[in-house]
Amino acid sequence: MAKFRKGGGKKLPAIGTSSLPDIIFMLLFFFMATASKKEVTSRIMCELPTATELTKLEKKSLVQYVYIGIPRQNEQKNHGVSSRIQLDDAFAKSSSEVGVYISQKREAMPEKDRDKMIVALKVDKETKMGIVTDVKQELRNARALKINYTANQRK
Amino acid sequence: MAKKREVQEINASSMADISFLLLIFFLVATSMSTNQGLSRKLPEPINKKQNIEDVEVNRRNVMQILINSKDMLMVNGEVMNVDRLKDKAKEFIANPYNSESLPVKKPVEIPLLGTQMITKDHVISLQNDRGTSYQAYLDVQNNLVAAYNELREELSREKFQKTYLDLDSLEQKAVQTYYPQRISEAEPKNYGQN
Repeated sequence: MAKFRKGGGKKLPAIGTSSLPDIIFMLLFFFMATASKKEVTSRIMCELPTATELTKLEKKSLVQYVYIGIPRQNEQKNHGVSSRIQLDDAFAKSSSEVGVYISQKREAMPEKDRDKMIVALKVDKETKMGIVTDVKQELRNARALKINYTANQRK
Repeated sequence: MAKKREVQEINASSMADISFLLLIFFLVATSMSTNQGLSRKLPEPINKKQNIEDVEVNRRNVMQILINSKDMLMVNGEVMNVDRLKDKAKEFIANPYNSESLPVKKPVEIPLLGTQMITKDHVISLQNDRGTSYQAYLDVQNNLVAAYNELREELSREKFQKTYLDLDSLEQKAVQTYYPQRISEAEPKNYGQN
């Protein structure tokens, strides 16, 4: 090896950066695979209640979300300060919209999954039960019977 | 190798920056939503047939839980703290000493377990006010589910020497038949104020 070395020129070999994009892409794909899509931007203030007997929702594709809570500070001018129901990105005018919304969501699901649909209720812990009961009645009438009261683990 | 060649160290300091940038981007873009909660099943929408059946429930088979708008709890006519509810519910569901005031035990043929005396007709009736806070309601639901879970856990340890989660589906079914979950939520009523 030394044979080919030129005497004076102590030039450094160029750093091989050709593998850099590969590494970056690997990272990118890893995170893309593990990341889950953000459902919706919450327009309500929602501090979840706590409980101990929790079950994990395994398949996200089976879950539909209903949010209930007081509108965020910047929404309060237009939407008031009392508890509201949020479906996707919009506020529902009344609880009767929930049934229609859930039926639509169920129609959009593949047929074999429709019976397994779970409705997750993300409800602020200070909410009064009145509005929650209305939503539950709507879900019952829409025959979306599997529900999940989203909660945090109590320490 | 006669002469020691100096190996150029690869300048990888920017690598960390790039990775962190990506990491942060995905952390921001990913929702850190809590996807766990209390799973419940709502009752079927009412039809007329059910109404007639509902009348014929023995008084001792019912545990009536009321939550008022001040988040106070009343169980079978007496005021109770939510912490005590779980033990009360466990006693009610299992009726370990065949008490006269607790649900009637009836012999039921259960696969794997044989004929057992169980309180198969017990009902926990839950009624809340429209002004009840969600946390109070969930506390009650949580305690009731905890009562069932603990009873099932105890039974599966006794009969199968395993935890409930380790049982296969047939064994789980047997345990579920032994302690059927019967929580009924009364039709919502409005007591005057909202």
